[in-house]
Amino acid sequence: MFWTYLRRELRRRVRQAVFIALGLALGIGLVITVTSAATGVQNAQAAVLHSLYGVGTDLTVTQPPKQGAGSGLTFGFKQQIKQVRSGQIAAGTKINDNDLENTQYGSLTGGQLAAVSRQQHVTAATGALALTDITVTGTVPALTAGSNGSGSFSSSFTSSTFTVDGVNVARSSPGPLSSAAVTAGRNFGQADASADVALADSGYATAEKLKTGSTVEVGSTSFKIVGIVSVPQGSSPPNLYIPLAKAQQLGTTGAAKLTGQVNTIYVTADSASNIPAVQQELTRLLPSATVTDASDLASQVTGSVGSAASLADNLGKWLSVAVLVAAFGLAILLTMAAVARRVREFGTLKAIGWRSRRIVGQVMGESLVIGIIGGVAGVALGYGGAALIDKFAPKLSAIVGAPSAPAAFTGVTGKLAQQVSSAATHTVYVTLTAPVTLSAVLLAVVLAVAGGLLAGMFGGWRAARLRPAAALAKVE
Amino acid sequence: MYRLSGVTKEYSHGTVLALRGVDLEVPDGGWLAVRGPTGHGKSTLLQLMGGLDRPTSGTVELDGRDLGRLSDTAVTRVRADLIGFVFQAFNLIPTLTAVENVETALAPLGIRGAQRRRRAAEALAAVGLADRVHHLPSELSGGQQQRVAIARAMVKQPAVLLADEPTGNLDEDTRDDIIALLEGVWREQHLTMVVVTHDSVVAARAQRTGLMREGQLTLAARTSQDVQAVLPWTDAAGQTGN
Repeated sequence: MFWTYLRRELRRRVRQAVFIALGLALGIGLVITVTSAATGVQNAQAAVLHSLYGVGTDLTVTQPPKQGAGSGLTFGFKQQIKQVRSGQIAAGTKINDNDLENTQYGSLTGGQLAAVSRQQHVTAATGALALTDITVTGTVPALTAGSNGSGSFSSSFTSSTFTVDGVNVARSSPGPLSSAAVTAGRNFGQADASADVALADSGYATAEKLKTGSTVEVGSTSFKIVGIVSVPQGSSPPNLYIPLAKAQQLGTTGAAKLTGQVNTIYVTADSASNIPAVQQELTRLLPSATVTDASDLASQVTGSVGSAASLADNLGKWLSVAVLVAAFGLAILLTMAAVARRVREFGTLKAIGWRSRRIVGQVMGESLVIGIIGGVAGVALGYGGAALIDKFAPKLSAIVGAPSAPAAFTGVTGKLAQQVSSAATHTVYVTLTAPVTLSAVLLAVVLAVAGGLLAGMFGGWRAARLRPAAALAKVE
Repeated sequence: MYRLSGVTKEYSHGTVLALRGVDLEVPDGGWLAVRGPTGHGKSTLLQLMGGLDRPTSGTVELDGRDLGRLSDTAVTRVRADLIGFVFQAFNLIPTLTAVENVETALAPLGIRGAQRRRRAAEALAAVGLADRVHHLPSELSGGQQQRVAIARAMVKQPAVLLADEPTGNLDEDTRDDIIALLEGVWREQHLTMVVVTHDSVVAARAQRTGLMREGQLTLAARTSQDVQAVLPWTDAAGQTGN
């Protein structure tokens, strides 16, 4: 009787049932779409973090650059500018300055690296040098009287930059190469510690037509490419990797050499639960350093990935809640209105011996089925919404750890400094997808059942309160 | 057997007195028609006799059970087992077919599936609607709908049939058919039947009539001659009618 009655009611009141189901479907579809988009953004963030962080790295330690240091211009070029102004270098002289500069971070000493590796719960700590190779070429122009040196002076020179990581050749993890895969040639070996060999990122190698066996100039030294490496999609790896010892030998911070120094320490903790404790220890050990874990890094992610995450977290969430509340409210109101229209029907059933419980069950059953139909339609809508995001969503960018431009970047040096700064910034482009997860579908089912039950509860409550005498009272 | 003693019913916190001390006995198998102007308590009386409402004071006993004091569950069970209702507006479920409407009376008794369907079809056949079992109420005439309602009331073989203006919405010919049908089931099933009606023709077919005026019931001395033979009537005072 239950199913017969339920089927007949739904068929008879099909328009109302469809209306309620569509309302629920819209809310549930939106929840799935937003949940999927949020998952997609999380995946994008994870991809960004994964590439920037590397597998097996729990924490990174960096030192903020000293005020005025790392202005982005090579020390050699600065000297040459002085010489031009003092007349020591004549107009028409060709300049080709190539330096390997530490522009992004302050330096950390070998002693500090050793101290980090000795900390409790630290299983591995490796130092690396993230550097920028800057080449400035051009011909010194004639300086006219009263010229402040900007304008035609800066336009007389061109610069090119690429990023170089000095890595520990004896240990790839933790470190910049921990998530890299060799696609051609070979990886570094112990014997490469002080050799002029380099690994090229596959993207950079393609762009610059580099192959194994090619040579590149790094800090005025020729390096032979011995391998091409690829890191996970969506990452922003350095263009070249060279042995740490060579980076320390060639690199400078301004005029200062980097011998025995690193500027990034990659740390692995013995367990995920101990990461906060290790972070605390390292912060105490190196008060001026920045100790970053994955969550810190995530908070530093800016750009459209961050905007999308914020949009999904805030607007999307509240929009979903609002539509769901509206859909639930609509379902409840329509169900209660339907019960009100069926007063005589329910009164009659009570008069002929139906218990309130049976009538409430009937009303709830009808609402539940409508809710489930709405849920199924909602899942379909959600998949549709997710597919639309997959198809039309623009690529998202993530900018991580961009150093602020030092105040010294002005006048003649500003243009070049900006180029250097942008070379040091980690900008990653990822394609936003909206994967519909099983948990999102389960959430939809739960919401559909909840919506149906909620509407049914209110409707059933109203039906239960009906006096059976209402059936006869309607007649008198 | 129905026994009503000093039954009163107030509405709106005592401002409306629908019944004022009604005393009545209806023997098993008796047929009482209650007449009276609209709004004088006829339907209220029927509601109390059917356990649809509780008296403000007094007792309404059916076979020794005080319907006013039974729990909701128990009185619902009494309605399901013992009492059949027929309403003026038929009160069929518009979304269910004729046979499904009749089945609704068997559902609370726990009768399942095929047996329920078979009994419902038989009940419809008994009221002359064997060829209308799968019709919706909207596809039936008023008389046919009332026949479905009577089949629904009778399918569980109740001890009591309470009918509230069963011919109120019907034309004369159909009314006569329905009266004949009710009288037939009353005779065949030895029912106790209480019919509230405005129609003197309907009332004239009853064993005994009562007049409800301003909440008070007065049993008339006259009873229908042709139904008298079925069962001698005894009123509350123990006097045989006629």
